[in-house]
Amino acid sequence: MTTATDEALIQSTADGQIMSGWSERAPSPRGGARLEAIEVSAWFGQTQVLDDVSLSMPPATVTALIGPSGCGKSTFLRILNRMHESVPGAQLAGEVRLNGEDIYAPGQRVTRARKRIGMVFQKPNPFPAMSIADNVTSGLALTNIRISRGDRRGLVEDCLNRAGLWREVKDRLGAPGSVLSGGQQQRLCIARALAVEPEVLLMDEPCSALDPTSTRRIEETIAELSSQVTIVIVTHNMQQAHRVSQQAALFLADERAPGGIVECGPTEQLFSNPVDPRTADYVDGRFG
Amino acid sequence: MTTITSAPVREVAPPVGRRAIPRKVQAFTFDDRLSLFGSLASSFALVTIGYDHLLDTSGIVGFLVCWYFVFLLVYAGVLSMSNTRALVVERLVTATLYAVAALVVFALGSAVLYTFFQGWHAFVHFGFFTHDMSGVSPTAPLSQGGILQAIAGTVIEVAIAVGVSLPLGIGTAIYMSEVGGRWSRLVQTVVEAMTALPEILAGLFVYVTLIVDVGLPKSGLAASIAMSVTMVPIIARASEVALRIVPRGLREASSALGASHWKTVRKVVLPSARSGLATATILATARGIGETAIVLITSGASSFLTFNPIGNPMNSLPLFIYTAYTTHEPVAIARAFGAASVLLLMVLVLFVATRFLSREKGVAR
Amino acid sequence: MTIVGNGSPQGVQITPRLPRRLTPGREPSDWIFHGLATTVGLSVLAVTGAIGLFLGYQSIPTLRHYGWHFFTQSNWLPELNQIGIAAVLVGTAEVALIAMFVSFPLALMFALFITDYAPPRIKSWLVSAVDLMAAVPSIIYGLWGFFLLQPHAIDVARWLSQYLGWLPIFHVDTDPNAAVWQQSSYTGSAFIAGLAVSMMAIPLACAVMRAVFDQAPLGEREAAMALGGTRFGVARTVVLPFAKGGIIGGTMLALGRALGETAAVLIIISPEYLIKARILEAGTQTISALIAANFGDATTSQLSALLTAGFVLFLITLTVNTCAAVVIRRSRSGASTDI
Ligand SMILES: Nc1ncnc2c1ncn2[C@@H]1O[C@H](COP(=O)(O)OP(=O)(O)O)[C@@H](O)[C@H]1O
Ligand SMILES: [Mg+2]
Repeated sequence: MTTATDEALIQSTADGQIMSGWSERAPSPRGGARLEAIEVSAWFGQTQVLDDVSLSMPPATVTALIGPSGCGKSTFLRILNRMHESVPGAQLAGEVRLNGEDIYAPGQRVTRARKRIGMVFQKPNPFPAMSIADNVTSGLALTNIRISRGDRRGLVEDCLNRAGLWREVKDRLGAPGSVLSGGQQQRLCIARALAVEPEVLLMDEPCSALDPTSTRRIEETIAELSSQVTIVIVTHNMQQAHRVSQQAALFLADERAPGGIVECGPTEQLFSNPVDPRTADYVDGRFG
Repeated sequence: MTTITSAPVREVAPPVGRRAIPRKVQAFTFDDRLSLFGSLASSFALVTIGYDHLLDTSGIVGFLVCWYFVFLLVYAGVLSMSNTRALVVERLVTATLYAVAALVVFALGSAVLYTFFQGWHAFVHFGFFTHDMSGVSPTAPLSQGGILQAIAGTVIEVAIAVGVSLPLGIGTAIYMSEVGGRWSRLVQTVVEAMTALPEILAGLFVYVTLIVDVGLPKSGLAASIAMSVTMVPIIARASEVALRIVPRGLREASSALGASHWKTVRKVVLPSARSGLATATILATARGIGETAIVLITSGASSFLTFNPIGNPMNSLPLFIYTAYTTHEPVAIARAFGAASVLLLMVLVLFVATRFLSREKGVAR
Repeated sequence: MTIVGNGSPQGVQITPRLPRRLTPGREPSDWIFHGLATTVGLSVLAVTGAIGLFLGYQSIPTLRHYGWHFFTQSNWLPELNQIGIAAVLVGTAEVALIAMFVSFPLALMFALFITDYAPPRIKSWLVSAVDLMAAVPSIIYGLWGFFLLQPHAIDVARWLSQYLGWLPIFHVDTDPNAAVWQQSSYTGSAFIAGLAVSMMAIPLACAVMRAVFDQAPLGEREAAMALGGTRFGVARTVVLPFAKGGIIGGTMLALGRALGETAAVLIIISPEYLIKARILEAGTQTISALIAANFGDATTSQLSALLTAGFVLFLITLTVNTCAAVVIRRSRSGASTDI
């Protein structure tokens, strides 16, 4: 169904005519937006899993969330783009401000918040019924954004380039996304998230299902993107947190008590000179 | 036209000298083969000699059954000479399972082939497909009359039934699995219960309400309505299953991109479940095509071609087969088999379509 | 911080925090979508529910008129005001049970063959064969059973009555040893109808069983193999115990179908309203065949009686199907199986 357009797309880009249409689209404020969580708590049914979490995620910064499993990092991340409320029985308190505006305020559309705050999941999940190119532009199709064919070509190439995938897939944009390897699929998901021009990109353990080489590529991608969007990444890998992030927050939860942030600050300081003894223990791998 | 030259495929140079050939593991050894075929042959010989004398009966079925049991005995004996007990059991079970598989496949194959074989008498007459039976007596030779009215009736009735039950069935499935709400458990329970409704009862229901009480004539539409009563629950349930196995992650990915719920369902969930939905629909359609009890009760049987499903009786293939069968006239039964072959062909076409769709899914995964 | 008892932190002051109320912030298109889907779902609920209630409601006059006799009377003689479903209930049960007796072992072994024994090349073909078997219309099995199966099946029936005729169920009221035996005493019996119906029961049961066998955890299979188990050993110790629920559920599902089957039974049996155990002997009747045979010249009250008979059949199939669903869902294997 899409092969005809994809072939045309390949043809034109192979000729070297990179579409100028895309770059003329008004770019979002480069560097992303400031995201602030203020006194966030979260419940699943009667159980409280997060208590009073406040964190500021400045633009053009990579924030790493670290901590043992089950302490509420994913929950926190999902609160940041209103995915949390899609779970039946899930509730929350507090505010999440995007450039100063509470995304949970009455009158705010949930779809708008999610579009401005993109998300990449732990398990790569390209849409199986769409081609690679269609996957990239799926966010536009899903949010009723019309785009001309020429712009679409440029957008596909631009996003795949930013996600570091273009060279690997430029000859098979019409193939289904599922033919790619796990690492490539994950970068396709990043490209897909970038196509709707989010101001913040949330990543929940994006490399935990991947091999070291793919992990490396994604880290490079994150480094390149960090000047363009605000990035929040959950990771279990201390080295990774160290490599990619400028600031970090350690989440901990006592047994059967809700989780929260124990310490946050510049990554360098958190790793080399932590204030809280629990941080030192965790970073050194003494528990968790 | 493609402008991409495919990436040069690098030929793997054949290794010089000894080439690695995959070994056969778990092969059936010569010894094994010998004991299998030896037992088959010797039991065959034994039964051939003993069958008529020992058991005072006749018939090919009895012979095969006896041969099989004697074979099992002989085979067990032969195997236990040089094998452990576990292996003997294993081989006997294997032999039994192969026999069962052959029996089931044979039963299915015989039903299909026998129908086509008997239908052939009618198939050689071209008019069989292009004429109706109006003014032709059921005992007239096969060169007269045909089953066009039944083919048209089946197509029209099933088309209406699918047209009604597809949107309702899939809509209900979407309600149950995507939208949910206070009533969705109840809908689920009732829909599941209604899949147990015997088709004859659906027919009788429509007959009593629409034809006897309201006074509508027997018609193709009445049959379609009764078919829908049985098809909606089937489609709804099968579609719900197809929707439910769409991974949650895809829905989340879609809403994380800022898609509305409707867009998520329309662009992500339904396309991902496409092959499952198509299979559900096609199987329900096949079921509708072969539904005899309903048309028997609700549609009446016209001998002439009609495209009007509302005001008049309408024939259909299963109904034609059944009425022709009840005459017990050889010619009519030949016509019945001709119609049965057409019916089977329709089902086969749908079946191949289903296979094709589910194969496509296999590639995409 | 100390944690005492089952989860309530004591001695720790937690400022009580309450969840905030969220407005869903739904798109207008979603309001329409949800409204439409709900409308469809609820109208299907209303219509199908109404059908069930209607059938139940229609049975009231009949049950009131005939009372318990409706269940104990075996004749269906509307002219004499003798109407009852005792014989047809027995006939329905006999045909269905014969079908299950034949199809259960075949379906079980065929399913096991497909999952564990068949060479990989033919596996997908066998799966297709099962699906095709389910798609073939029942009237075709009826013709097949009448014209192709019956001439052979009566040989078997005669043989059974010859050697096992002392058992009431295999008895036939004719001399099986006569030189010219009475073939017509053996045709149109519950036995032959059951054989034809088993062709519809096999694929249903087999499909469920195969799905469940396929889910037997690979780890357990390999563990059994690593202990030196043969394929049958693995099947006996791992696959079959794992699949118990699916086997029972699939069989009951097939039973539900066999009970309601009309066309094949109608073609094969010679109608007879008698409570009898002699399954090999000509003549029996089932509820669905009864309806098909009698709706045409029925008066309103007779229609009500037929509807009542049908409603009783529906209640039976409903019970059987519900049990099947429950058994499958409860079992370890069935939690993720869809039937
Ligand atoms: N859908 C859910 N329903 C109920 N409890 C949940 C759900 N998701 C997560 N939880 C609970 O919330 C806590 C935090 O989970 P999560 O945010 O996934 O932790 P992390 O990502 O840090 O490993 C855990 O105790 C988990 O059991
Ligand atoms: Mg997590």
